[in-house]
Amino acid sequence: MSLKARQSKEKRFQFAGLAAISIGLLCLVMLFASVLSAGLPAFQQTFIKLTFNLPADKLDKSGNRNPQEMKKVSTIGYTKVITEQLKLNLTKAGLEFDQLSKKELKNMISKEAPAQVRYAVLEDPSLLDREFEMVLLANGRIDGYYKGRVTKKSAELDVMVSPKQLELADQMKRAGILETRFNGRFFYWPDASDLRPEAAGLGVALLGSFYMVLIVLVLAVPLAVCTAIFLEEFAPKNRFTDLIEINISNLAAVPSIVFGILGLSLFINFMDLPQSAPIVGGLCLTLMTLPTVIIAARASIKAVPPSIKAAALGLGASKVQAVFHHVLPSAAPGILTGTIIGLAQALGETAPLLLIGMVAFVREYPSLSPEGIFEPATALPVQLYNWTVRGDPAFVERASGAIIVLLVFMITMNLLAIVLRKRFERRW
Amino acid sequence: MNSLIVFNLIVSVFAFFVCRAKASRLREKHTLLVASNTHWGWYGFLNVFIPTLVLGVLIHYVGIYFINSGIRSSTALEFASHAEYLLVKENVNASVILILDEISQIRFLSSFIVIISYLISGIEPALLAVQSGTTIEHLDLVVLALKTKIMALTATLVLGVVIALMQAQRSINTVSANYNAREKVEFVIISLLGLSSLIAVLTTVGIVISLLSETINFAMMHSIVDFLFGTVWNPQFTSGEVEGYGSDLGILPLLWGTLYISFVALAFSVPIGLYSAIYLSEYASDRFRSIAKPVLELLAGIPTIVYGLFALLTVGPLLRDSFTQPLGLGSNSDSVLAAGLVMGIMLIPFVSSLSDDIINAVPQTLRDGSYGLGATQSETVKNVIIPAALPGIIGAVLLAASRAIGETMIVVLGAGAAAKLSLNPLEGMATITAKIVNQLTGDTEFESPETLVAFALGLSLFVITLCLNVLALYIVRKYREEYE
Repeated sequence: MSLKARQSKEKRFQFAGLAAISIGLLCLVMLFASVLSAGLPAFQQTFIKLTFNLPADKLDKSGNRNPQEMKKVSTIGYTKVITEQLKLNLTKAGLEFDQLSKKELKNMISKEAPAQVRYAVLEDPSLLDREFEMVLLANGRIDGYYKGRVTKKSAELDVMVSPKQLELADQMKRAGILETRFNGRFFYWPDASDLRPEAAGLGVALLGSFYMVLIVLVLAVPLAVCTAIFLEEFAPKNRFTDLIEINISNLAAVPSIVFGILGLSLFINFMDLPQSAPIVGGLCLTLMTLPTVIIAARASIKAVPPSIKAAALGLGASKVQAVFHHVLPSAAPGILTGTIIGLAQALGETAPLLLIGMVAFVREYPSLSPEGIFEPATALPVQLYNWTVRGDPAFVERASGAIIVLLVFMITMNLLAIVLRKRFERRW
Repeated sequence: MNSLIVFNLIVSVFAFFVCRAKASRLREKHTLLVASNTHWGWYGFLNVFIPTLVLGVLIHYVGIYFINSGIRSSTALEFASHAEYLLVKENVNASVILILDEISQIRFLSSFIVIISYLISGIEPALLAVQSGTTIEHLDLVVLALKTKIMALTATLVLGVVIALMQAQRSINTVSANYNAREKVEFVIISLLGLSSLIAVLTTVGIVISLLSETINFAMMHSIVDFLFGTVWNPQFTSGEVEGYGSDLGILPLLWGTLYISFVALAFSVPIGLYSAIYLSEYASDRFRSIAKPVLELLAGIPTIVYGLFALLTVGPLLRDSFTQPLGLGSNSDSVLAAGLVMGIMLIPFVSSLSDDIINAVPQTLRDGSYGLGATQSETVKNVIIPAALPGIIGAVLLAASRAIGETMIVVLGAGAAAKLSLNPLEGMATITAKIVNQLTGDTEFESPETLVAFALGLSLFVITLCLNVLALYIVRKYREEYE
């Protein structure tokens, strides 16, 4: 073969390598681009700002402003009142709404709004006696209109929204009653039912994920460090320790869904722990992340030069003292990095949580006391799975928004791990 | 129980301080001690704490044993089934807890208060108080259980206190120059470390037991031959006329879907991952490497649910609009190709970082020899490095395959739900993992083969991935030893 042919072959080979890396990076860019473009609108929401003069005689029939008695008026009662108030506000702004049916007018505002107003009034009954302003969620379809998901054309075929409503929404926007702006509630409101995607938030999921990561941190890290120390420093070399080692490297490669099956039959069926509770999820994830953290901890213990230990032993320390006073502190940065990566893995894991019932629809926040870990909750990745499988495209947007939140957490944790490694890494 | 633990902790802490103080006093008198003061402290602590803890747990379970056997023997003839016995047991336990709560509202001193109130007034007042609220079933059994419980409590308390004090006294007396307390304390520490390393083994045992036992249940309801060799997957959750036998639960279509998608994923990720690894380790400048490698590894840190959504929302529709529909092959956006490609993206960093390690492990001397003979860099890679690294690379591919087979979220969202034996990559196909999720989410009854089949699927998945992992780890390990 001529030299020229060989050299061009060399060029081609090198180019293939570069192309492979470019494809990999391109995939990454595509992934981020698709998530960001689909998810960023979730942080925006369309709101309707109304001035309320609530009819006290309808909402508090006995007239003594006692919240207990006022509870008798249900959200249905409030729905009527809110529609009336909307009409008043529209008239004041000089907007025409005669062409809209009563139902269309009512549906301009989210079905979540009556509950919101009712809650505010029960909290503070004096609202009935004065004029006040309140910002309510607009209907999900109207919100979708301002995000390009719904058009006047698509609205003609949609039973949930009509072009007339969108026309009115445009007028309201010009009058300053309606606006699309940042939606902080996405982070702390609980999930909402299928019909009101505009009210769905990540509150319960974030809290549940926080509990689970906390459980993993508290259980997996000490156990993993103890195991790693034992296997690296104290274990006698025999069949049994070989078995443990093979076992751990195998567990690290067991599919995560198998841990879900284990959790279902061990923690829920056998130990009778409650379904959907962070404690069960946390335990599953602990068992799942344990091998990862053990392997990382072992690697960093192994990386500590034997001379450190030998010096301690030479000065009369026992093996335990040498390990705990010298080897472990030197290995701590590596263990910390492994821990953070393990926690990130636990935070993003979905499959095992599906099996232990965390897909349930949960609207109540688990309590902040330690008992909270036994109360139903969801987790961030499961919540976004849950939204994905619902029909309404508004939920898909929210799922993509949840992915952004999840990725922000993941990237922060991974960056933290990299920074810590750089900062504390010691070359011996 | 709890008040005993509190009491023991107090005695243990007391022993800790007294032993430590005594050791330090000895040291002040210029006695040379083998163990340090803190070791002596812990020696005292553990000497008290461990025996009393063991004793407490032991008596607690002996008490439960007596209560249970009492329940079983007193009404032995009346129980129609085991379930009935369990129900009675649960009722009795609930009543006992109710009564104990009535006696003592202070959790932390409960044992003391329960015993003292029993000595003073018996249990009748509490019984009456509870009874006024609700009716107590199996009154005689409840009384028996209560008495046994109180006896166990008394025994634990008396024995516990005696042993705690004795042990404290003994360990204080042992404080001396020559006794090596350090060794004893460290033995306990090492034992704890060893115990924690058993968790990993127990996890595996737990996985195997839970999968096996439910699979056996499944095998009793449904033919296992049907499961292993059946070519139709069609579970009927609305069990109609013939219960349980209406469903076809053959694993083969699922296995085919799993393998097909994994194959697509590997066909995409192995060349790209391998070429990236070769480029990064042989050609790239240090600067390029230090940026490209972590960025590529970012792909490995992304949760699989994100990939699943990527397959569902972006790749699937893209393939549909650019291939499937224009070519008239259907209108599915869920397809083997979409799920496989996205899974391939997920596996790129996995393959590339494993291959990178393996290529770097090939000794420099081999490269130098090849260059010395006049080979170009690419010829060296193709003719020397790859053959030398081949076993390791095969190991890496097997590990990637095991990942692909066990991957769940991408196939749940991207590959569709129809189980079929088909060659068309533009159709959707279900996998083992996707069906496990299907059968086990929502309201599940543990009595039907349609639910239990998930465990059989899980066992199959576990066995397949285990074999792949063991083989891969064996090859990788063997390979590493060769060059060390």
